[in-house]
Amino acid sequence: MATTIEAPARPTRPARRRRSRRVWRNTAVGWSFLLPNFIGFAVLTLAPVLVLFYLAFTDWNVFGVARWTGMANFRRLIHDQSFWTALENTLYYTALHIPLTLGAALGLALLLNRRLRGVAFFRTVAFFPYITSIVAAAQVWNMLFSPQYGPIDAVLRPLGIAHPPGWTVSTTWSMPAVILVGTWREMGYYMLIFLAGLQTIPAQLYEAARVDGANAWQRFRAVTVPSLRPTTFFVTVMLTIGSFKVFDLILLLTNGGPGQSTLVLSQYIYQTGFQENHFGYASAISVVLFVLCFVATIVQFHVNKRRSV
Amino acid sequence: MDTMLKPAPTDALPAPVPRRRNGKRASPAVRVLIYVLLVAAAAGVLLPFYWMVVSSLKTDNDVVTVPVKWLPHSVVWHNYLDIWRKSQMTTWLENTLILSFAVTALQLFTGSFAAYGFAKVRFPGRDLLFIVYVGTIAVPWQSYMIPQFILMSHLRLSNTLWSIIALQAFGALGVFLMKQYYESIPEELSEAARIDGMSEYGIYRRIMLPLSAPALASLALLTFVNTWNDYLGPLIYLRSPNLRTIQLGLSTFISQYNTEYALIMTGSVLSVLPIAVIFLLGQRYFVEGIATTGLKG
Repeated sequence: MATTIEAPARPTRPARRRRSRRVWRNTAVGWSFLLPNFIGFAVLTLAPVLVLFYLAFTDWNVFGVARWTGMANFRRLIHDQSFWTALENTLYYTALHIPLTLGAALGLALLLNRRLRGVAFFRTVAFFPYITSIVAAAQVWNMLFSPQYGPIDAVLRPLGIAHPPGWTVSTTWSMPAVILVGTWREMGYYMLIFLAGLQTIPAQLYEAARVDGANAWQRFRAVTVPSLRPTTFFVTVMLTIGSFKVFDLILLLTNGGPGQSTLVLSQYIYQTGFQENHFGYASAISVVLFVLCFVATIVQFHVNKRRSV
Repeated sequence: MDTMLKPAPTDALPAPVPRRRNGKRASPAVRVLIYVLLVAAAAGVLLPFYWMVVSSLKTDNDVVTVPVKWLPHSVVWHNYLDIWRKSQMTTWLENTLILSFAVTALQLFTGSFAAYGFAKVRFPGRDLLFIVYVGTIAVPWQSYMIPQFILMSHLRLSNTLWSIIALQAFGALGVFLMKQYYESIPEELSEAARIDGMSEYGIYRRIMLPLSAPALASLALLTFVNTWNDYLGPLIYLRSPNLRTIQLGLSTFISQYNTEYALIMTGSVLSVLPIAVIFLLGQRYFVEGIATTGLKG
C-alpha cells in the first residue's frame, strides 16, 4: 500500500496528472531497488533458461557454431537407451525418495512437537546432515556401505542376514542406498518446515476434537492432516523438484554406477554436456528435465486446489 | 493468523497444570516409547558423523579392519597435522572463505534491496515480476547449467572465482525470504517516515534494515553455508587447482589418495567443522529462515 493515494471520485485533470507522475516516480524508485538483483538474475537465470530452448534444437558442440537441426535431438533421444535408463532411474529415485522423506520428516516433526526434555537436541541432530558437506557425507556413507569393512553390513550379519546387500557396489542395491542417504540428508530440513506448520494449528481445534471424544489417531486424521495441507503441499513440490534434479549426491556416492544402475537425468546432462561437449544434445535432455519439473508442479497445484475447495 | 487469540476461560483460574500445546500430558509409557524412538533415530542419524570422527583418529589399517573397531586402538592425532602437508587445504579454505563472504555480502545487499522494492513500493508489473522470481525456484539449476556455462565463458568468468560469486549472489531465495519479513513490518512505520520527508532509500536504510536484522541473519547463515558446501558450481566452473574450494579440493583429494582412509576422514571432519560451529551458534536463525520460506510457499 506504499504510496497509493485515495483517488477522488471524479479526478480533476491536474489531480490525474499528479497521479500519473506519482506512478511514474514509483516505478522508477521500485525498479531502482530491484535492479542490482534483477540484472544478475536476468543475466544468469532468465537468459540461460530462454537460451536453453534454442540450444535444444541445435547440434552445437564447443567448437563451431550452433546449427539449427529442428527436432533431430529429440528424435535421437527417443532411441537413446541411456536416456531412458536415466529417466527410469530418476523416476525410481523420486518414487521412493518422496514418500520416505515425507514420512520421516512428518514423523519426526510429530514426535518433536511437544514439550519433552531434550527436544531441542533431537531437532539439532535431525537437521545436522542437511548442512553437512555433501562430499564428506558421501565419502563416509561409501565407507559405511562397504561390503568388506563397512559397519552397516557388520551390524546386519549378526542380525541373521548372512549375505547383506553390497549397497553401492551392487546394481540392485545401489539405488536404495542412494535413496537412503538422500532421506538421511534431507528429512531434517523438511521436518523443520513441518514443525513450523504444526505450530500454526490452533490448540483449540485439538481441544474441541478431544471434547468430541476423538482419540489420538482420529485427532491426527481430522485436525492435523487437513490443517497441514498447505505445508504438505509445499514440501511435496519441493521434494519432487529436488528428486528430479538429484545430482551431486549420486555423482559422489556412485558416479551413476555400478554400470548405469544409478545414472539419473542431471548426471546424463552433465556427461553429455561437460564431458562429451555435445551442448545441443545435452540441452535437449535439459528441456526434458525442465518440462518434467514444470508439469509436476502444475499437476500438484491443480490437485491441491481441487482438494482444498 | 493469530488474530483469534481469545483468552481461554480457564486462564482466569489459578491453573495448577501449565497449559500445553497438545493438552493432556502423555502417559509415562508413551513417553518412554517416544524417547526410545528418538534415541534410535538420533543414533542412526549420527552414525556417519561418529564414524567420520573416529576414523580420523585411527591409522589407515584400523579404519578397514574386520571386525569393525568402534573405538580407535590408540588415538592418532597426527592425521590432523599431515593433512595440511599432503593437501592444499590452506588454499582451499582461503578460496572458500573468500567466496562465502563475498557471496553472502552480495546476496544480503541485492536480496534485501530488491525485497524492499517488491514489498513496499507499488508500481505496475511488480507482482508479475515477483511470480517470475518465485517461479524460477521451481526450475532446477541442472536444467540450465549448460547455457549458463556458455554465457559465463563468453563473459570470460569461467575458471575464475567470479563465476561462483555470480552464480550464487543473485538467488531468488534471498529476495523471497526478505520480502516475507518486510511485509510483516507495519506499513504505518514507513508511512510516518514518508510524511517526515524521508526518501524510500532512507526508509530502507534507517528503518527496514535495522528492523529486519533477524531475517538478515537467517539469510546470511543460509547463504554462507550453501556457498561453503556447494560442490557442483566449483566442479563445473573452477578448473585450475589453485582455485579449488574445500569441497572440490576434498573430492580431488579423495580420488588421489583413495586408500588413505584416515586422512580422507580427517579432511572430511575439517570441511564439516566450521559449518557445524556456525550452525550451533546461529541455530535459531537457521530454523527461522527455513520456517519462513516454507510457510509462505
